[in-house]
Amino acid sequence: MESIVERINQQKFWQFHGGIHPPEQKKLTSDKPIRQLPLPKQLILPLQQHIGSQGDLLIKVGDKVLKGQPLTQSTNPMAVPIHAPTSGVISAIKKSVIAHPSGLSDLCIFLDVDFNDTWLPRRICQDFTQLTKNEIISKIANAGIAGMGGAGFPTHIKVNTKPDINFLIINAAECEPYITADDLLMCEQSEAIIDGIKILDQLLNPAFILIGIENNKPKAIKALQKATQFIDKMKVCTLPTKYPTGGEKQLIKILTGKEVKSGALPIHSGIVVQNVATCFAISDAVIHDIPLIRRVVTLTGQALSKPQNVWALLGTPVSYLLEQTGFTNENTADNNKNINLPPPVIMGGPLMGFSILNELVPIVKTSNCILAPSKTEMPSAFDNNSKELECIRCGQCSDVCPSQLLPQELQWSAKAKDYQQLTKLNIFDCIDCGACAYVCPSQIPLVQYYRVAKAEIRQQQQLDIKSEKAKVRFEARKLRLEKEKIAREEKHKKAAAARKATMNKKSADGTSASSAVAAALARVKAKKEATEKTVSDSPTINNGKTKEHDELSSTSNEDQGDKSQVKAAIARAKAKRLAKSRAAEEKSDALPTAISVEDEAEDEKSQVKAAIARAKAKRLAKSQAVEKQEETTETTETTETTETTETNNEAIEPPIANNKANNEDKKVKIAAAIAKAKAKKEAKNEIKAPEVNLENKKSDVVTPNVDDKKTRIALAVAKAKAKAKAKANAKKDQKKQAELLQITNNEAKSSLKLSKEESE
Amino acid sequence: MNILIAILVLGLIAALFGAILGYASIRFHVEGDPIVEQLDALLPQTQCGQCGYPGCKPYAEAVANGEAINKCAPGGEDTIKKIADLLGVDVEPLDENHDAKKGPTVAFIIEEDCIGCTKCIQACPVDAILGAAKQMHTIISDECTGCDLCVAPCPVDCIEMRPIPETVQNWQWDLTKIAVKQVD
Repeated sequence: MESIVERINQQKFWQFHGGIHPPEQKKLTSDKPIRQLPLPKQLILPLQQHIGSQGDLLIKVGDKVLKGQPLTQSTNPMAVPIHAPTSGVISAIKKSVIAHPSGLSDLCIFLDVDFNDTWLPRRICQDFTQLTKNEIISKIANAGIAGMGGAGFPTHIKVNTKPDINFLIINAAECEPYITADDLLMCEQSEAIIDGIKILDQLLNPAFILIGIENNKPKAIKALQKATQFIDKMKVCTLPTKYPTGGEKQLIKILTGKEVKSGALPIHSGIVVQNVATCFAISDAVIHDIPLIRRVVTLTGQALSKPQNVWALLGTPVSYLLEQTGFTNENTADNNKNINLPPPVIMGGPLMGFSILNELVPIVKTSNCILAPSKTEMPSAFDNNSKELECIRCGQCSDVCPSQLLPQELQWSAKAKDYQQLTKLNIFDCIDCGACAYVCPSQIPLVQYYRVAKAEIRQQQQLDIKSEKAKVRFEARKLRLEKEKIAREEKHKKAAAARKATMNKKSADGTSASSAVAAALARVKAKKEATEKTVSDSPTINNGKTKEHDELSSTSNEDQGDKSQVKAAIARAKAKRLAKSRAAEEKSDALPTAISVEDEAEDEKSQVKAAIARAKAKRLAKSQAVEKQEETTETTETTETTETTETNNEAIEPPIANNKANNEDKKVKIAAAIAKAKAKKEAKNEIKAPEVNLENKKSDVVTPNVDDKKTRIALAVAKAKAKAKAKANAKKDQKKQAELLQITNNEAKSSLKLSKEESE
Repeated sequence: MNILIAILVLGLIAALFGAILGYASIRFHVEGDPIVEQLDALLPQTQCGQCGYPGCKPYAEAVANGEAINKCAPGGEDTIKKIADLLGVDVEPLDENHDAKKGPTVAFIIEEDCIGCTKCIQACPVDAILGAAKQMHTIISDECTGCDLCVAPCPVDCIEMRPIPETVQNWQWDLTKIAVKQVD
């Protein structure tokens, strides 16, 4: 620590590996003052201008806003608000091209300037030393300050640190060619910058404050030295000019000799680095209550007749800035063929910037330079004479790499998309400085390969996380389904047991109802045995039940209390069977449903009935349905009707006989409900004509499986189909259905009467 | 006598080494066959079933038992290449029965058309659909793997697969579009 300070006092610094000395080209703008521009007509403010997340809108279209009024807010610590750079009216909030190499659109606020430049009332702070740490941090956060050097990391997070800070480094190196924005800012606003640094000093309380500045800015160095001459803690360190001195890790290495480990942050070594423009913004925000609404932008390049640094409001379109500085578009001036080519305008410096394809791109918090080079100055990469050649393994790239990586190895792995190898070669330590591409004699755009590879690795990591999540969810779902299945089986067992128990109990009590059931059962059975063949293939449970019923019938025969009751029961059973067999004939695919549900609790019977009724309705509606389907129906019909009649007669009839009167009531009600629903739907009749595929699919769903969910699905499908039915068909169907219902009801009633007469 | 000693000594040595080997085989025993796990890690975990297996893990198991490696449509060429590398077999083109996906998609329910039948919920392999019977359903798009399995069961065709829009967050550099040139 002390040796470091000693060396700094002697102005003896360390060196980082590599680096290049590109032509500086700073003379274009460094000798002219920062110009104030007239207000543009419209400002375009992207909601997100920094790393992190965007805030929520506070305004809506048509709102009048004052200068400095916040436009977004967020509780997310990584989000910083944006502010109205001048007064005006919000004319639109829509997607627009943003300052990003992709040229993609993102949500932007369009502000129509009213040229009054009316401020929101400000509270100017006379003495910031009176403010507490939290007050300062909240002021910085509310002013929307994000690192103005390039990355745009929210400043209030960077300065809100607990551990002891040894060094606060102010990055004033500005090492990239052409850019002079920080240089001019230091010349003109050195006092304000020093105030900003003092505020940071108050917050972080570092042992030393080092201002790193390259020796190619003599005026700025003088101004800073003058401003800091009475402050012992602050040291202006004049560094040799070399690109990329302004890189965070490189600057730390030069000033302190410390190397920040791969993947670690400077804060872990007790160092905080802040850009000089950020310091100015902090002093503006804390002292003058001016949020971050403007910045110095270098407008340079030989395509401009008046290159100069300007105070640009955030959101100023690049086209306006170019217009103000006398931009001549060579593409349109030279020859008419290339008229469609976008003018070669670069946002950021020549080494780390990106071309912008649309001049509407606005200035954001991180844009420090707009470079409009002439063709001779910087030929387009698409020109034939700047073609990429084979790598000749000269090794110059690794000589200049400031991160001490192996650029050619990286290049091969990047071309082969070998991302594992790239990660092993520490591609994420690459700072995108472009020194390797600059020195490459084969003109390989090395840094572009790394950018692509880095983005793809990040994307892959995202996908890996997502697929891992999907896997977990899939496994969890599988487990849940298994559990549900087991639970269902247990429930069924219990229900069956409960049914048995109640049945036994009833028989033991010998109540009239149960004896009536038993008698009915016995009669039915006897009759059947007399008329039909034997039932050999009925399940064992049914056999067991018949035995029970035999016993029941014997007991009930002995105490024949109420004959009329028995008769009634028989009559009901008969009617029931008639109705049922009719249903079976007409609608076979509903029968499996009935079979599957027969073991269920009694009240579910009514549900099944409803399903059958609906299915019938559907079937009628589909009177012109495919013949093939009907064939299959017929085959299943024959087999299944016999089965159901057999099993039903033995096993299901008792509960049905019990509940039959109820059920019939319900049936009529349900039928009425369906008819109503249909009428309603017809009235609406906004539904598309049915598709044959869809219908087939649905009938498949209805037929095959035996599951208790089937009843519900049958309901849903029947509904969906009814909905999808064409208007013309629907009316016909309703008639038919009504008729059918009447017929079935009539038949049931008549059979009831008949059977009564018979028994009498 | 000498012969006896020789046999005895050699026998003892053999017994000793046998014991050492026997111990080592127990002590350093490797559990199970990790190849299925490794294969599963390479698969995209969309659980779409396009390979004919009910999920990615079952397909990984099948591949470990000799199933063709070219049946994962969402994974595409990349996944086939990785599996081929892992198993040391030749890379095959994607099975003709599957068409490679055009890009990542996410399911979207046209909510006004939804009748609340819950069929898509039952079809979703990752429980990314919310809803109840007769209630409108919706997709948790962050959890959706874009497997298409919910599209077919919908009785009213209200589910569509939408491509994931390109944003600044998921944008990929395209080298042919970047104008790169250094200062001279």
